[in-house]
Amino acid sequence: MSDDQDSGDRAATSPSGPSRRTVLGGLAAGGALASAARAEGADPLITEVQPWANGFGDGVDATPYGLPIRFEGDVIRRNVPWLTADVISSINFTPIHALDGTITPQGCAFERHHSGAIELAKPDYRLMINGLVERPLVFTYEDLERFPRESRVHFLECAANTGMEWAGAQLNGAQFTHGMIHNMEYTGVPLRLLLEEAGLKPEGKWLLVEGADASSNGRSLPIEKALDDCLVAFKANGEALRKEHGYPVRLVVPGWEGNMWVKWLRRIEVGDQPWETREETSKYTDTLADGTARKWTWVMDAKSVVTSPSPQMPIKHGPGPMVITGLAWSGRGAIERVDVTIDGGKSWKTARLVPQAADKALHRFYLEHDWDGGEMLIQSRAMDSTGYVQPTKEALREVRGENSVYHNNCIQTWWVKPNGEAENVEIS
Amino acid sequence: MSKFLEASAVIALLAGPALAEPLGLGRPALPEEIAAWDHDVRPDGQGLPPGSGDVLTGEELFSDNCAACHGEFAEGVDNWPKLAGGFDTLDRKDPVKTVGSYWPYLSTVWDYVHHSMPFGNAQTLSNDETYAIVAYILYSNDLVDEDFTLSNENFLSVEMPNAAGFIEDDREAVELPLFSQPPCMENCKDSVEITAHASVLDVTPDDGTDDAAAVEPAPEDQAQAVEPPAPEPEPVALVEAPDPALVEKGAKVFKKCAACHKIGDGAKNGVGPALTGVFGRQAATADGFKKYSNPMKEAGEAGLVWDHDNLDAYLADPRAFLPKNRMAFAGLRKDADRAAVIAYLQSFSQ
Repeated sequence: MSDDQDSGDRAATSPSGPSRRTVLGGLAAGGALASAARAEGADPLITEVQPWANGFGDGVDATPYGLPIRFEGDVIRRNVPWLTADVISSINFTPIHALDGTITPQGCAFERHHSGAIELAKPDYRLMINGLVERPLVFTYEDLERFPRESRVHFLECAANTGMEWAGAQLNGAQFTHGMIHNMEYTGVPLRLLLEEAGLKPEGKWLLVEGADASSNGRSLPIEKALDDCLVAFKANGEALRKEHGYPVRLVVPGWEGNMWVKWLRRIEVGDQPWETREETSKYTDTLADGTARKWTWVMDAKSVVTSPSPQMPIKHGPGPMVITGLAWSGRGAIERVDVTIDGGKSWKTARLVPQAADKALHRFYLEHDWDGGEMLIQSRAMDSTGYVQPTKEALREVRGENSVYHNNCIQTWWVKPNGEAENVEIS
Repeated sequence: MSKFLEASAVIALLAGPALAEPLGLGRPALPEEIAAWDHDVRPDGQGLPPGSGDVLTGEELFSDNCAACHGEFAEGVDNWPKLAGGFDTLDRKDPVKTVGSYWPYLSTVWDYVHHSMPFGNAQTLSNDETYAIVAYILYSNDLVDEDFTLSNENFLSVEMPNAAGFIEDDREAVELPLFSQPPCMENCKDSVEITAHASVLDVTPDDGTDDAAAVEPAPEDQAQAVEPPAPEPEPVALVEAPDPALVEKGAKVFKKCAACHKIGDGAKNGVGPALTGVFGRQAATADGFKKYSNPMKEAGEAGLVWDHDNLDAYLADPRAFLPKNRMAFAGLRKDADRAAVIAYLQSFSQ
């Protein structure tokens, strides 16, 4: 964060409110501060003419492509440096704690690269389909735009999301525990149409999908899924994919682990067996307690998390009305219901869902709550359209042990203290 | 395939656009184009090209191309992947998953090394070199003897220790019944205790909003503060600013170095020292870098300065220039590559 933005933050919060640092440092006084503005008489922000009310703002074209206003400068992707050796093959986290609604803006949607985010121009883009097809083909970007198109909203969750939490409560923040996820509206060509164009041979049961970057990130994809709902996408949230998300073309594999959504998609080979690539053997396999590992764990189980309050989103206003909100999703279908507890699971209330049901997409939930100022153990529990109920961490560990790394969809607990701060904890 | 997939496939077929016949888009992929891109290798050996390589050749190649990150004995450096050892750890806490202890198929190793390694310089290893490096990785895991030669002929006869260690996803059978019970809503438990706190570990990165700038001085200032006076200042002072076109070319060559060396404003030390300001700097003096070899330290103390000629000689053959130094890099054989990368380094020392 630059000094400029920092001072901007301070200017914006003065004189009506404290700086962010003051708030986090002195949360106990938070309730008092909020009401102080009322007790000290008339608010100068109202009684005095403010600069923005008598001069001009920016003209059009001040920012031909706009970024969030500087006061939102801390709503950004962040990484956890100790997780990986290097930023080239690494991951960062979506600031889900600070977002609302369900769509993730591309600019803060998490990144995961295996050889860095490459720059590949549309004129240089080629997509090859070969192997067990009647007609091995090469498509240009323009060719893809001529196929019938679909637009659909889907979440992408990294299989390692929440992976650091298997053996204990580790990271303090929904961004870090659950931020390897984003949710966008993708526009692209159904993969099925491209395969039909090349003419699938009947013995073709598997695809190898690979990217143009040095890692290639090759993955084997069963033909049933390829013909079901996969998209070869070139737009997200209405605009071109960002470089870090695979510009100009990536694969969308709804409901399945993010590693399969190959970026900079350059080749699809049809075969009669899986390839057992590095990313589906040495990685993205789930080691069980006895040392055997599950492979091909493609589907993302139903999961949810409260995004606020949470460690990065403490309650600053003291007791009274508040909104508990979070996200829920399932790779098996839509979310039917999300229950929320504030007493560590002794009793639960059903939250409101927006939208009510969306297939393999993020859902937002809200629970209006009148906080008495006491401590809370907040959890959310998702139930999907197949009847699957998000398990507790304990229940998951009983089946899988603590060495799985991937596919941790357990119920998350935030301990909210009377001063409004929240911490990542485990409970009995 | 699962029931849900079959069901959703039917829905997709009804709802999505369908092609009655091909649209005639795209063009035929030429055989030489397919050959250029299709070099994946499967467990059954499909895709494996003719060739061979032995352990000793592999050891040398590994040292030059892989050891900087993976260690001379494939034991792994810092946070980079360990490729050897870890046997009998898979059922313990924090299992060590290496090629020997975990990878079920040798084809995966060959495929990945050939396509994606060395890190930052992918798709440069010949087929024979790949066979040799894979042979060395097997050797470093005690799976073959040092006189072993791996080839397409004997490839399928190599047995991977953890080949039987994987099962297909069984969540549908094992977990779905467990996790599909109607959940409790009231009086679900009598008491609740906190059993673990994330704050105890304290491994969450700082939000970065407040004090980051104050804590870390700008790396450039640091470099200037610790940079000793160059023993022989003349060569540096007389060097002209590098040609921008050469610098640009050097940026591409530098990708071979980037796995270990960072450069530019704020560049931090990695496996190798940060190279911002290295041009004209005394050897072994990158701020905060603690992993210099003794020969490198001694050379620096004796007055070795990274001017153009010394960089050129070092990069041409790092081991000949300074025996037993730690940089695991074979060197840049082409004069033009060295000239470009030196210009690039120089552009960060202005």
